[in-house]
Amino acid sequence: MDKQEFIQIEHNSLLEKVYNFSQDGYRLVQIHCTLLDTGFELNYSFDKDNKFVNLRIIIDKDQEILSISNIYWSAFLYENEISNLFGVKIKNIVIDFNGALYQNSKKAPFAEPKPASEKKE
Amino acid sequence: MTKKNIIPFGPQHPVLPEPIHLDLVTEDEKVIEAVPSIGFIHRGLEKLVDIKDFQDFVHIAERVCGICSYMHGMSYCQTIEQIMNIQVPERGLWLRTIWSEFSRIHSHLLWLGLAADAMGFESLFMHTWRLREYILDIIEMTTGGRVIFGASKVGGTRMDINSETLSYIIKRLKEIEPEFKEATSVFINDYSIQHRLRGVGVLSKKEVYELGAVGPVAKASGLSSDARKYGYAMYSKIDFEPIVEEDGDCFARCSIRVKEIFQSIDIIRQCASQICDGEVSVNVKGFPTGELFTRVEQPRGEVIYYVRANGTKFLERFRVRTPTFANIPPMVKALQGCQIADVPNIVLTIDPCISCTER
Repeated sequence: MDKQEFIQIEHNSLLEKVYNFSQDGYRLVQIHCTLLDTGFELNYSFDKDNKFVNLRIIIDKDQEILSISNIYWSAFLYENEISNLFGVKIKNIVIDFNGALYQNSKKAPFAEPKPASEKKE
Repeated sequence: MTKKNIIPFGPQHPVLPEPIHLDLVTEDEKVIEAVPSIGFIHRGLEKLVDIKDFQDFVHIAERVCGICSYMHGMSYCQTIEQIMNIQVPERGLWLRTIWSEFSRIHSHLLWLGLAADAMGFESLFMHTWRLREYILDIIEMTTGGRVIFGASKVGGTRMDINSETLSYIIKRLKEIEPEFKEATSVFINDYSIQHRLRGVGVLSKKEVYELGAVGPVAKASGLSSDARKYGYAMYSKIDFEPIVEEDGDCFARCSIRVKEIFQSIDIIRQCASQICDGEVSVNVKGFPTGELFTRVEQPRGEVIYYVRANGTKFLERFRVRTPTFANIPPMVKALQGCQIADVPNIVLTIDPCISCTER
């Protein structure tokens, strides 16, 4: 992939930025979440003519964010996955599985920190 | 006013080799809404980077899927190599290109067999899978594996293909290509298949783009999207153009896969004629640092690999967005407004790989 751009934004400006991407004809490629020590980092990846741009927001563990699925309908699956695996609270998802997209025995399994022994190596 | 019914489809269904469930909201025989449910077999493989060394993790990546296992392993290695600035020897990259295309051929033949079975063409199903065995034999001859190749490693490939074997493969492909043409021509020319697939599950070019569709689903609607054109492995030295159809229906998606089989054979021939001598891998020293996305064109479309590393032997985050995950929303849209009897064909022509999705 030639160009990869990471743009960090405030979570309350997410919808506006995503809307601008949709108006500019960008395709939603994926959304993923990374566990941080104090919260979560979410990356929203967009692509247009091989220009790969990531919007990045960092949120606290209990922070609620708004769904982008009203702008990019296909985002509902990514957002449900993040809600399910990390326990991130996402509001207004067009099809909301309420944390039950995956039938896990454990709630928010990906929000478990890395085992301390592995972390040190 | 017509009464609405909810008809459950899957997770066990004759056209579904793997579990996905759909709640089909219907009015009479017409589907007005489809709500997908996945997650019956979610494995949480991404989280295993917490406890698996980044070099050993190739074996996990290969097990994301049992059909495109090689391409998952290769995509993972490619991501780590780019983040660590490792230059894989050219011969290793040619071999990766060859094995990738064999993966595509066997995946498409597997799908064609499933499609034939779903439409009641039992002999065609068995013929298609018999032809797939030819490809699996070649894969076994060159890697020792038929499902999990085990040929990828960070820094190159674990094995080489000698020139005699490569010549035999090209000869063998020439021998079996007419059989491929004979079997696949049924999918293109048979009246019953056309009757079942033409005009069914139509997605427009605008819809597939907005819904983020990838692979044959996007190409069948006129979107010329193919990650191979970004030039990873040795695709920059291969002369090919993505195969595109315009109709956006089930037949177009089937036709794309048929044509891609022959395109892959041509790519393998090009590789065999250009492959150079030399090493197939380099030793890897140190640990990765930084973050990177890569994308690879799997049989079902573009896969996204993301890695974040902090200079230790354990990655901080590993993420894979599989093509089927991207193709579920387009599938749901294609189902809206279709007839109940067409649901199996629409689901099938998306070629859902739930093993990938439930990584």
